[in-house]
Amino acid sequence: MKTIRELSKALQERTLTSEELVRSCLKKIEEENEALNAFIWVSGTAIDEAKEIDLRREAGEELSVLAGIPIAVKDNILVQGWEITAGSQILENHKGAYDATVIERLKNAGAILIGRTNMDEFAMGSSTETSHYGSTKNPHDRTKVPGGSSGGSAVAVAAGFVPCALGSDTGGSVRQPASLCGVVGLKPTYGRVSRYGLIPMASSLDQIGPFTNTIEDAALVMEVIEGKDENDATSIELASTTAPELIEPDVKGLRIGLPKEYFVEGMDEEIRMRIDEAVKKFEAAGAIIKEVSLPHAKYALAAYYIVAPSEITSNLGRFDGLRYGYHSQGSNLLDTYERTRGEGFGPEVKRRIMLGSYTLSAGYYDAYYKKALQVRSLIKQDFDEALKEVDVILTPTSPSVAWDLGAKFDDPITMYLSDIYTITANLAAIPAISIPCGTAHGLPVGLQLMGKAFDEHMLYRAGMWFEKNT
Amino acid sequence: MIFPMFTTEDVKKIAKLSRLHITEEETEQYREKLGSILEYVDQLQEVDTMGVPELQHAVAVENVFRSDEPSIDLDERARAMEMFSARKGDLLEVQAVFSKDE
Repeated sequence: MKTIRELSKALQERTLTSEELVRSCLKKIEEENEALNAFIWVSGTAIDEAKEIDLRREAGEELSVLAGIPIAVKDNILVQGWEITAGSQILENHKGAYDATVIERLKNAGAILIGRTNMDEFAMGSSTETSHYGSTKNPHDRTKVPGGSSGGSAVAVAAGFVPCALGSDTGGSVRQPASLCGVVGLKPTYGRVSRYGLIPMASSLDQIGPFTNTIEDAALVMEVIEGKDENDATSIELASTTAPELIEPDVKGLRIGLPKEYFVEGMDEEIRMRIDEAVKKFEAAGAIIKEVSLPHAKYALAAYYIVAPSEITSNLGRFDGLRYGYHSQGSNLLDTYERTRGEGFGPEVKRRIMLGSYTLSAGYYDAYYKKALQVRSLIKQDFDEALKEVDVILTPTSPSVAWDLGAKFDDPITMYLSDIYTITANLAAIPAISIPCGTAHGLPVGLQLMGKAFDEHMLYRAGMWFEKNT
Repeated sequence: MIFPMFTTEDVKKIAKLSRLHITEEETEQYREKLGSILEYVDQLQEVDTMGVPELQHAVAVENVFRSDEPSIDLDERARAMEMFSARKGDLLEVQAVFSKDE
């Protein structure tokens, strides 16, 4: 698949029409989606929308870079009139009553929304296997998982169905599947992208981010979707945005930190070799490599599995069988709630709701929730300190490459550990990106760069250099 | 270790708090899996957090206000109403919250 930049250029030069582009995407989806299950549903109006963009271009209208470009949407981002399930049975037949802010901005830019991509139920999972709509397969090896929770979006880009897909990242749900599928995945700084219209999982951690083939493409999409939104009180007025044209892929003098706590046991040996090679390349190009310490990072997963479920239990309280989708009639109101939720939610979601109820319940609040929030402070302080000494922190994105479908499904802790390198960026609310970094055991490896809050520019700069030199 | 044993009674209690109907078979599965997660997160107890502030939200924002003006999109209202499982026209139907015996 060509990049957004290349496709956009072809559209502008009239060597390609949006209709042709959309038709070729739809054809590929029709041929290959059944085997991969990246899309849950494909839009029936995409071709008409593409034709309209072509007409506007013919009429000489000045159009955005994304005009006429097909984009896939994770099934937890609202599009007005589209069904939305978040991979769950409980939202059966529910339709978006309005456009999420990111969708409104993409539509205004003329992007063509192609369809809804598969995901772990309510974005809870690391393999896209907890979806009510079946698991998604990794295009590099269909017996392997694509990672998750935004597995459908990662595969939609990796399989060449679309040049870009939106995902959401609460603990690694964009970066980890990007790594396992060999594409670029960005989790922006918390507050950079509006969450309005994103079905919430853990509101203090959730961010929407793009999957693309290149870093420049990610920056192009970010330029459209980012920025203050009055409908999301946690979105931030940005001091500056990065025009992709202004990114200088240059790493001379760039200070890169390697957290000593991350390069210990548990990391796959071949992945370690790919990361070491990448570090040497950066160093040879004039980057300064420094060891940094994140002493509380080892507690990140434990803190996350208290903070996230606590927020989940509160956010998913709204699914009462009345206002949304699935309904199971009981003998009284409480019985209706319990039946609807008991039948409508899958096992992983129920597990996290119950965990959150427990960690917030009387007698355990201080020992669990308060403690986890304090540890979250310490983790953020570690990153603040480390990022005074270096410009970016470099790690693998995932401790392993894509694993066999079903392999980790029954063991929650093993599944959760696959997010060990990504979760800290959500807790510390900093930006992080996963970039393809060769292969191990014949499958894609991802390199993660994390930076200071709102300094996505530095990630683009270092990442783009790496992209051009591999 | 703050909670060494996680019993089926605990599971039933939190299922009730969570408004989730779960079967006897599920109760046993959740006891085992939730127990293993709680055992894992117990490692936080070894961190010295004396005097450390709680970080609920990483982005420091002051309270955000908007002007108190009605902005009702009637189409959006209608679309939201359509999602309701039981309704008669513009009336939304729910089961009684209180029963006569209570």
